[in-house]
Amino acid sequence: MQNTQIPEYAIETKNLFVFYGSFAAVSEVNLKIEKQKVTAIIGPSGCGKSTLLRAFNRMNDFVPSSYVTGEVLMRGQNIYGSNIDPVEVRRNIGMVFQKPNPFPKSIYENIAWGARINGFKGNMDELVEQSLRGAALWEEVKDLLKKNAYELSGGQQQRLCIARTIAIQPDIILMDEPASALDPISTLRIEELMQELKKNYTIIIVTHNMQQAARVSDYTAMMMLEKDGSRSGTVIEFSETKKIFTNPKDKRTEDYVTGRFG
Amino acid sequence: MKQENTILENKNFRPLDLKKKMRPGESVIQSLLFISGVLSVFITVAIVYELGKEALLFFNNPDVTLAKFFGTTRWQPGIGLFGIWPLVTSTLITSAIAIFVSLPLGLAASLFLSEYASPKARSALKPILEILAGIPTVVYGYFALLFMTPLLQKIFGEGVQVYNMASAGIVMGIMILPLISSMSEDALSAVPRVLREGAYAMGATKFETSLQVVLPAALSGIGAALIIGISRAVGETMIVAIAAGAGPNFTFDPFKAAETMTGHIARISGGDLSYNTIDYTSLFAVALMLFLVTLVLNLISQTIINRFRQRYE
Ligand SMILES: Nc1ncnc2c1ncn2[C@@H]1O[C@H](COP(=O)(O)OP(=O)(O)OP(=O)(O)O)[C@@H](O)[C@H]1O
Ligand SMILES: [Mg+2]
Repeated sequence: MQNTQIPEYAIETKNLFVFYGSFAAVSEVNLKIEKQKVTAIIGPSGCGKSTLLRAFNRMNDFVPSSYVTGEVLMRGQNIYGSNIDPVEVRRNIGMVFQKPNPFPKSIYENIAWGARINGFKGNMDELVEQSLRGAALWEEVKDLLKKNAYELSGGQQQRLCIARTIAIQPDIILMDEPASALDPISTLRIEELMQELKKNYTIIIVTHNMQQAARVSDYTAMMMLEKDGSRSGTVIEFSETKKIFTNPKDKRTEDYVTGRFG
Repeated sequence: MKQENTILENKNFRPLDLKKKMRPGESVIQSLLFISGVLSVFITVAIVYELGKEALLFFNNPDVTLAKFFGTTRWQPGIGLFGIWPLVTSTLITSAIAIFVSLPLGLAASLFLSEYASPKARSALKPILEILAGIPTVVYGYFALLFMTPLLQKIFGEGVQVYNMASAGIVMGIMILPLISSMSEDALSAVPRVLREGAYAMGATKFETSLQVVLPAALSGIGAALIIGISRAVGETMIVAIAAGAGPNFTFDPFKAAETMTGHIARISGGDLSYNTIDYTSLFAVALMLFLVTLVLNLISQTIINRFRQRYE
């Protein structure tokens, strides 16, 4: 079944549960993530932020006991549908991890590899340069392209990971605490980069840093463990970041964003 | 409140004492480790020395010249033929066949075990590989002679001699297969999960991830497996002694019989051999050569690996 009208959301979840074995780490999430905006996911440790994020590009497929119920719709298609190829899903939904994880290859190859396996046929040198420029890294590495990526600093490595992700031109970029291992200056650069990137991409970022969420995001999803003691996390409030930080509906959100909670 | 937390209260339970202390346990362990280190170095040096000393007796023989040793191709010290090459080429050919068999198979097996097999399949398959490693080499030797050779004869026809290098080499490859696959599997499993996830997140398939990200990252460990495999093949004696042929033969045809260095040493020293004859001292020259060949092959593979390995922190 093809949707005829153009859906206005980048990702829409319907009654999404994510399980590890019999444990529902994330339950009953209904989100509508706007296109070309930055959406932050915040909440205390262990409430399922990473689990939810990894459900958006089927990364949880690699945890043998993990499975999903409900729907995650991308352009009207359920990415957990039976005729969906997870490889194709990940080609359209890129991901940047908490700890920079460039490939143990040259800086150039780090970007070229992903493009190549995705069937890129154009001018590779140009693509590498554009991706590195897009990730605000070009000026620093343009003379080091043949060097191993692990010779870069942590912040540079993380920007390289962003560069290799935009090189495959996904619709959506997921970021799981992308700046938590970085110094304040590198963090700032990544935050600036997000503002730049959202002109072309939808960004979903998990962060522990309230100021960061307030600075970079347009929308915020507040996650929390369910009150029933099941240790299951869910989204308790989702709206514009402004509202979450100045006028939250839920008392728990208010406590959390003002620092009166865990 | 009366109930105080003692761990917080009593933080001064031990008096401040920064003087140097005797730690007898530490120094005993340290000296034991030192002695073991020195001992293993000493044993190696002693073996090389003994080898060199006896080999020198051989080279001091007025009939023997380095020109003959390296410049001619027939080896029969008893009648004054001192060309080492037939023994070296057969060693290299059998070893090359062994690596040619075991490296691709071992790599494929290790990739399957570490990247594709379910944990259940892995725990069922690994012990089977380890059984392969526990079979005595004499059994492999007769397996080569009584199974592999007839098989080769059936496939390649009459050109295959009863004793031949191909059969010995292939079976030697089967023998080192578990070593290569289990060491490679360790190296592959040691590649951090985040690297695989990074590849998958780029839309890579399992095959692309395993072959183009995980395998190159594990290359130094796989190289170590290769080096040990080569050393095992070059030094393997029983299989070649039984199946490769008894008598030096300078040939590059793997279907012909040709004695390897190890096979030669085993056969000659098995007969009665009087001390200080040329036959006796020549064995040490062969052994020294074997040592050199192993060393050179190790150095070559080490350089190749360093050239291609990919470093990750
Ligand atoms: N691979 C796994 N197998 C089983 N349970 C898991 C797995 N990964 C996470 N969990 C559980 O799922 C729950 C949510 O974990 P998750 O990593 O999503 O939390 P998080 O909000 O990202 O926490 P943090 O802020 O500390 O990163 C936790 O209870 C955790 O123990
Ligand atoms: Mg997390």
